[in-house]
Amino acid sequence: MEFSKVSSKKNNHKVTVYALSTCVWCKLTKQFLNENEISYEFVDVDLLDEEDKQKVRQTITSKGGSLTYPTTIIDNKVVITGFRKDKLKEALEI
Amino acid sequence: MTALEQVRKRAEADAKTYGYYLTPQPDLLQGFLEGLKINEDRYGYPLCPCRLASGKFEYDRDIICPCDYRDPDVAQYGACYCRLYVNKEVYESKNLPEVPERRPLEKQARAYGIEAPKQAPPQGTQEKPPVPAPATTQAEKAKPEVKKKLWYCKQCGYVVFREDPPYICPICKAKREMFAEIESKVEFNG
Repeated sequence: MEFSKVSSKKNNHKVTVYALSTCVWCKLTKQFLNENEISYEFVDVDLLDEEDKQKVRQTITSKGGSLTYPTTIIDNKVVITGFRKDKLKEALEI
Repeated sequence: MTALEQVRKRAEADAKTYGYYLTPQPDLLQGFLEGLKINEDRYGYPLCPCRLASGKFEYDRDIICPCDYRDPDVAQYGACYCRLYVNKEVYESKNLPEVPERRPLEKQARAYGIEAPKQAPPQGTQEKPPVPAPATTQAEKAKPEVKKKLWYCKQCGYVVFREDPPYICPICKAKREMFAEIESKVEFNG
């Protein structure tokens, strides 16, 4: 599965966004990270094949997330469900 | 191809029928309508742009917009899960509430062909993961069937042929508890 990588100034956290290409809140999450110059990787789950979708579900549920989008995973441990500026700011220390 | 204007008119008409409003933020509204249009072109039905489709109509039935969860979500939170449909108060205040996913985990699990996690559905953000939920692949084997039944609203008589009765009667707004199954029996003789 290929993640799209967005490079920016701030690299001190590993940020992965599981998104849907049709979802407004997913777009806003990416936009928020862009505006705050955070480097991140993302994947639009609805555009993946079945096998990769399954891998995404396993990754999200194994970290205790629910199968909703966007799901942002920070440093492989903090799981943020939905577009939550407050939670993102706290986890990313911005 | 579905025209975006058609999607907009349908949403506006539906909001009007139910006494709802479309989201007060024009850029968000445009995004929701575009998402619905893409999904309609892709799957043949306007699947919720904020949820992942299985691509199988019967499994996706409950999340075709307006989804089964819209009415109880607007009643409880003032907006649907996407926040495309909102009530008057939210429309006027322009403050969109957080709306957790109401869709039962069993329905998600069935749609995606995975084992239903046993824990309670997480509400909103989770910072500390609890015991990891199993996500065993059971993809193609033992897919449960969708069994449709006839349900009627005891208050107004509205009849619906669906797996589950609606959360709220679309005609008289009675709650789900007011629905009862119509037992039908077909006999074949000769």
